[in-house]
Amino acid sequence: MTLGSVRYDIRINRSAADVWRLAGDPARLADWFPGITSCRVDGTVRTITLGSGMVMPEEILVHDAHQRRFQYRITASIFEYHRGTIDVIDLGDDTCLVAYATEADPRAMALTIAGGTAGALDELKRQMETPMETPVETVTEPPAAAASATNRAN
Amino acid sequence: MGRKILFVTTDQQRYDTLGCNGGILARTPVIDAIAESGHRYERAVPQSVVCMPSRSTMITGQHPSTHGVWMNGVALPLDAPSVASVLHAAGYHTALIGKPHFEPFLDPFARFPENRFARDGLVGLHRGFEHFEAATHGGAGPLHYARWLANNHPEAVNLFYPVLDARLEVNDLGGGATGAPQVWDNAIPREWYHTDWVADRTINWLQTLDTGDDWFCWMSFPDPHHPWDPPACELGRIDWREVPLPDGYIEGAVEREAVLDTKPRHWKAWYDGSLVTNFEAPNSWVPATLTPDHVREVNARNAIECELIDEALGRVMTAISGRGWEDDVDVIFTTDHGELQGDFGLLFKGPYHVDGLMRLPLIWRQARSAHAAPSTVTRPVGLVDLAPTFCTIAGLAVPPFMEGSPLPVSDTDADARGFERVLTEWDSEVFGVGVHLRTITRDGWVCTTYQPGTVHDGTEGELYDLHDDPFQQVNRWNDPSLVSLQDDLVADLWDHQPAQRTPLRRVEAPV
Repeated sequence: MTLGSVRYDIRINRSAADVWRLAGDPARLADWFPGITSCRVDGTVRTITLGSGMVMPEEILVHDAHQRRFQYRITASIFEYHRGTIDVIDLGDDTCLVAYATEADPRAMALTIAGGTAGALDELKRQMETPMETPVETVTEPPAAAASATNRAN
Repeated sequence: MGRKILFVTTDQQRYDTLGCNGGILARTPVIDAIAESGHRYERAVPQSVVCMPSRSTMITGQHPSTHGVWMNGVALPLDAPSVASVLHAAGYHTALIGKPHFEPFLDPFARFPENRFARDGLVGLHRGFEHFEAATHGGAGPLHYARWLANNHPEAVNLFYPVLDARLEVNDLGGGATGAPQVWDNAIPREWYHTDWVADRTINWLQTLDTGDDWFCWMSFPDPHHPWDPPACELGRIDWREVPLPDGYIEGAVEREAVLDTKPRHWKAWYDGSLVTNFEAPNSWVPATLTPDHVREVNARNAIECELIDEALGRVMTAISGRGWEDDVDVIFTTDHGELQGDFGLLFKGPYHVDGLMRLPLIWRQARSAHAAPSTVTRPVGLVDLAPTFCTIAGLAVPPFMEGSPLPVSDTDADARGFERVLTEWDSEVFGVGVHLRTITRDGWVCTTYQPGTVHDGTEGELYDLHDDPFQQVNRWNDPSLVSLQDDLVADLWDHQPAQRTPLRRVEAPV
C-alpha cells in the first residue's frame, strides 16, 4: 500500500453558512470544481464525469450540515483506497476556512486528485467573493441515505 | 526574409549517444553532418535534469528558480514568458510538434490546455505556437499523436510499453531478452511510431508555409526517453549481446558500492532499494538488481531509438532542402537532460548531478547565409542560453526576462562574453521526502551543494574534477587539498544563483 495524503485549504471572505450551501451540496460539485463536467447524485451514490471523459463513481460517506463536513470515496477500481473530505470551518468573523483533504492509494492519484481540489478551492473562493457570483440560492438537503452514512461514520 | 529556425529536441539523451560526440553504438550520420558544419558544444548543461523544469527553461530562457517549475508536476503558468511568443510577435510562423510537457501529463480532469487541444480538435495557439501538435512516449492518452493513432491504427494503441503500472507509478515491468526494466518488444510498424509521426507532422506543417515566410519550428521527439520500446522491426540494427558496457558502469559490485558510498547518502539508498526520492524512476525497482546484460539491452534499444531520430531528422532536412530553404535555416539540436544508462549501476534519472544526466548533446548549425565557421566550443553553456539564441538568429533583441545569453560560437567568443559557469537546480518534495541540490559547473569542475531536507542536513556535497575523473567516481568534497577551490565554487554558485520564486508553485500531479 502506498497511501498518499494531501490537504489544501483556503480562507474565504464569506460566511461559512453561505459557502457550505455551495460546497456542501454534492450535486453542485461541477459548479465549482474545474475539470468536472457533470455530476449526478442518487442517494449515497454520486457519479462525476471528468474533463478527460472518465466517469468516476463515488460513495457519499458523510454529509453533515451541522459540522459542515462532506466526505466521500471514489469507488473506481483504479483506487485501492480513497477519501475526500471537505470541511467548511467558521472563523467567527464572517469568513471561513475551507479545507479539502485527499487520501488515496495509489499515492500518484492522491497528488493528481489533490491538484484538482486545489484548483477547485481557488474557484470556490473566486465565486464566493465575486458579488455577481454568489450561487447560494439552492439549498439541497442531504439525502436520507447520506445522512445515515454520516451517522455511521461518526 | 530572415533566418528560419529548426529547433530539434529529444528527451533524455546522453551526450555520448551521438557519433560526433564519440558515440560508437548509434549511427547518427545526419546529426554528425550538421555538427561537422556547425558549432558542437562539449559542455552543454541543463538547468534541471528532469523534463518539465528543463523544458520550461528552454521556452522561457529562465532558470527553474525564476520560472517556478521547480519539479515535475508543477505547471508552467500560461502567462509565463515564451520565446515562441516573442518570435510570433515579430512575424515568425511558429510550431511545436512533439513532446511539450510544460504542463502535467497525468491530468484526468483535463485541467491543462496541453491535454485538451486534441480533444477539442485544436492545433494552437498555445504559448506562442500557432501550430501545436503534441505527442509523448506511448500510444494512449489525450495528446494529438494518441488521437491520431486511435483514429487511424487503433490496433496499435496498446502495443507500446505500459509506462505506468496499475498503481500509476512508473512501471518496473521488464521485457526484451533480459527482462530489463522498461524494455519492451513493440510490434508497431515503424511508420506509425511517434518518432516518424513527429517528423511527418513537421514536414506537413512546413509544406503549409510560403517560401518567403520566416518560421520557428520546435520539433520535439519523445525518444530516447524510456520506455525502450522502439519498433520491433528495427531491433536487428544492433545486437544487444555485442554492446559494450559503458565506461561509467562499474562491473564489480564491491567497487561500485564503494564509489556510491563516497556520495551523499541518497545515492546508495536508491541503489539498494531503501529510499526512492522522486517519481522519475520505477518506485519498486531496485537498481542493485541491474545486470550487465540489462545495461547492454537498454543501451542497444536506446541507440536504435537515436538512429530512428537521426533518420527522421534526415527526412525533415530533405524536405527543407526541397523548399529551397537550405541557405536560410538554422538548426539547433539538443535534449532536455540525460540518462544514467548504467553509470554507477543505475538507470533513469533523479537528483544525481553527474555527466550521465548533465552533459548534453548540443549542436548549432547556423544558416549558410550567416557564413559562420564550424567550431567546437568547450566552455560551459546552458539550455537557458537557447531562447536568447533564437532571438538573436531572428535579429531581435534579447528580452529582459531571459537570463541566458546567445550561445557562443567559439571558445574565444565564450571567453569574451563571460561564459564561465552554468547552474543546475534540483528540488523535490514527494510525500515527505525533500531533496534540494544546487550545482555549478565551472573551470572543469562540477560542484554540488545540498540544502537541508529530509535526507540531507545541508553539509553534504559533491565535487568532481571533470578532466581527471570523467565519470565522477571520486568525490572530492571536503578534500583538504581542495578546500579553497570548493569554497570559491560554492561562493560563485550563490553569487549567481537566482532567488527562488516564492511561494513555490503547487505540485499538480506526479508528472
